Amino acid sequence: MPDSSIEGGAYNYAYLDEQTKRMIRRAILKAVAVPGYQVPFGGREMPLPYGWGTGGIQVTAAIIGRDDTLKVIDQGADDTTNAVSIRRFFAKVADVATTTSTEKATITQTRHRVPETPLREGQIIVFQVPIPEPLRMLEPRETETRTLHALSEYGVMQVSLYESIARFGRIAKTYNYPVMVNDRYIMSPSPIPKFDNPKLDRSPALQLYGAGREKRIYAVPPYTPVKSLDFDDHPFEVESWTECCALCGSRESFLDEMIVDDAGKRMFICSDTDWCERRR
Amino acid sequence: MYVAVKGGETAIAHSLDLIADKRRGDRAVAELSLEQIDQQLGLAVDRVMTEGSCYDRALAALAIKQARGDLVEAIFLLRAYRTTLPRFGDSVPLDTTSMIVERRISGTFKDIPGGQVLGPTYDYTHRLLDFSLAASGERPQAPTAPVDSAQALPRVGDILERDGLLEPPPQGSSEGEKAEDLTRQPLTLPASRPLRLQNLARGDEGFLLALGYSTQRGYGNNHPFVGEIRFGGVPVSFVPEELGFAIEIADIDVTECDMVNQFAGSHDVPPQFTRGYGLAFGHAERKAMAMALVDRALRAEELSESASSPAQDEEFVLAHSDNVEASGFVQHLKLPHYVDFQSELVTVRALRQEVEQRNRRAALDQAAE
Repeated sequence: MPDSSIEGGAYNYAYLDEQTKRMIRRAILKAVAVPGYQVPFGGREMPLPYGWGTGGIQVTAAIIGRDDTLKVIDQGADDTTNAVSIRRFFAKVADVATTTSTEKATITQTRHRVPETPLREGQIIVFQVPIPEPLRMLEPRETETRTLHALSEYGVMQVSLYESIARFGRIAKTYNYPVMVNDRYIMSPSPIPKFDNPKLDRSPALQLYGAGREKRIYAVPPYTPVKSLDFDDHPFEVESWTECCALCGSRESFLDEMIVDDAGKRMFICSDTDWCERRR
Repeated sequence: MYVAVKGGETAIAHSLDLIADKRRGDRAVAELSLEQIDQQLGLAVDRVMTEGSCYDRALAALAIKQARGDLVEAIFLLRAYRTTLPRFGDSVPLDTTSMIVERRISGTFKDIPGGQVLGPTYDYTHRLLDFSLAASGERPQAPTAPVDSAQALPRVGDILERDGLLEPPPQGSSEGEKAEDLTRQPLTLPASRPLRLQNLARGDEGFLLALGYSTQRGYGNNHPFVGEIRFGGVPVSFVPEELGFAIEIADIDVTECDMVNQFAGSHDVPPQFTRGYGLAFGHAERKAMAMALVDRALRAEELSESASSPAQDEEFVLAHSDNVEASGFVQHLKLPHYVDFQSELVTVRALRQEVEQRNRRAALDQAAE
C-alpha cells in the first residue's frame, strides 16, 4: 500500500511494492535453505543504476522495517559517495534510522568489505554482488555453469588455482577469492579482499548476497562453514602490511594506501572508517 | 597532509544542483516543453518508449527532458518508473492486419494487395542540411490521401504461407496461456521465443543493429528480404474479468517488420522461406529490422543450422542486449575500487619482489662462475 509519509505517497514503503518484496523474501528463504546456491529472482529496475548495488538494495528493501537501524559501507567506509547515496535512499523511502556503527546496525549493506568489528547473532549483512557466478571467468555460459554446480564439478576452479601457483608460485587471486560453502557449493564472496574471507566462516550473522543485474540471490546462514579454496601445500593466507594505520595505529585491519604528495609518498589508513574512528 | 574523500553528503547535494542547472542551460533561451519534445523530437520519444517498455509519450518526453537528450539515460528513467506500476492484466494480442497504415512497403513484391504506401520516410531525402530549419517560420501542411480504415491489409507473409513457400509463424505462447513477462521473472536459458522477442524489443538499438549487420556480412547469414514493413496505429484490446469480452482501451503506433529469409531445408522439411520478426513502438524501422534479423539468427538451432556466429548465440545476445544493464555495469567502474586495487597492489609488489630477487641471485651466480 502506498505510504503517505514517503515522497508524498507516490511510492510504497521501502520503494518496492509488497508483492515484489514477497517474491524476494521467498528467494531469500530458498537461498538460506540451500547455502551458497544462487537463486534466480525477478530482479526489478531500481532507481539506481545496475552495477551500483541494485541487488543489495533490493534485498535490503525486502527485509527492512521501521525498527531497523541501517549501516551502509562502500570499501569499508561510511562516507564514500555511493554509500552516502544508498543510505540517503533508504532514509528517504524507508524512514529508517541510520548509523555508522557496526555494533548498532541491525542491517549492514556493504560493497567490497566485511567490517573489522565482529558481527554478532541477529545482525544481517547484505552484500552487493556484481557477478554472482564464481566460475564465470572460467566459463562464460550460464547453461554450463549451472550444470557444473549441479554436479559439484569444480575441477575447473582447482585447475585455475593450480595454474596460478605454477605461474606465480602462489595463488595470485586477491579479491573475490572463491569459497566452498557448507561443503557443497563454490560461492563468490563478492569482490571483498581475501583478507575478509575468514570473517565469513561460521559467522553468527546472517549473510545475504544480492546481484541485481544478474538477478540472483544467495545466502550463508549463521554458523555455516565457509572455506577458502586452497591446497595442502599452498594453504590459504591473507594480505598483511608492514605499515600500521597512520590514524589509529591498527596492525590488524585492512589498510588502504594513499599517495600524499607529488613525490609519491605513501600513507596507510584503515579502510573501515568506523573501526578506525573508535580506536582513535 | 591527508585529505580523505569525505563530505560525500554535501558533494552529492552540490552535484545534484549542478546537473539540474546544466540541464536548464542559459536561462535566456526558452525552456523546452514536453509537447515540443513529443511533437518535434518524436522519434527520440519512440525509441525511449520502445526500449523503456512503456507506451506513454508524455512520460518519455519528460524523461528525455530530464536526461538532457541522453536517450539511454531517459530509457533508464522510464524503466525505473514503469517497474513501480501495478499490472492489471495482459492485453489481447495486437492484430496488426487491422493497422491503419501510414507506411507499408515490401521488398519482395512489386505490388501487393492493399498496395505499397511510401508514407513519411527519410529514405529518399537527400541528406543535405536544410538551413531553412535554422530559421523559424511556419511550414505548409503536407497533402494526405483519405484513409480507408475499413480495409484490412493482409500480411505479405500470410500470402506466401498459403502456398507453403513460407513457414507458418513459429509457435509462441498458446491461446489462453498466460504470457511470460521478462520484467517480472528472471531470464532462464534456453529462453522461449516470446521471451527472446521481449528481450530484443527492449534491447539496445545500436547493439541489435550491429548484430543484424554482422549477419549480413557473413557471420550467420540467412539471406534476408524485407517481406514487409508497416507503420501505423493499432487498437489495444483488453478483456476485463468482470465483463468477459474485449474492449478497446487505446490506440498505439507501432512499426512491424516481417523478414523473409532463405532456408535450405533439413531432414524433415523441404526448402522454404523462414521468418524473422521485429516490432517496436512508434516509428522505428531500423530497430524493427535489426530485431527481425537477430530473431531469425537466434533460430539457428531450432532450424538445425550450425550456430557459430555471435548473432546466433542466444546467451551472448540476450545477456548483453539491455542498455540499462550494460550502461550501469560499465559505468560502475567509476565507483571506488580502493580495496580490490589495494589487494592487487600488495600481490603485484610481492610478485615483483620475487622476480627481482631471482634475477639478482642469477646475476650473482653468473659473476661467481
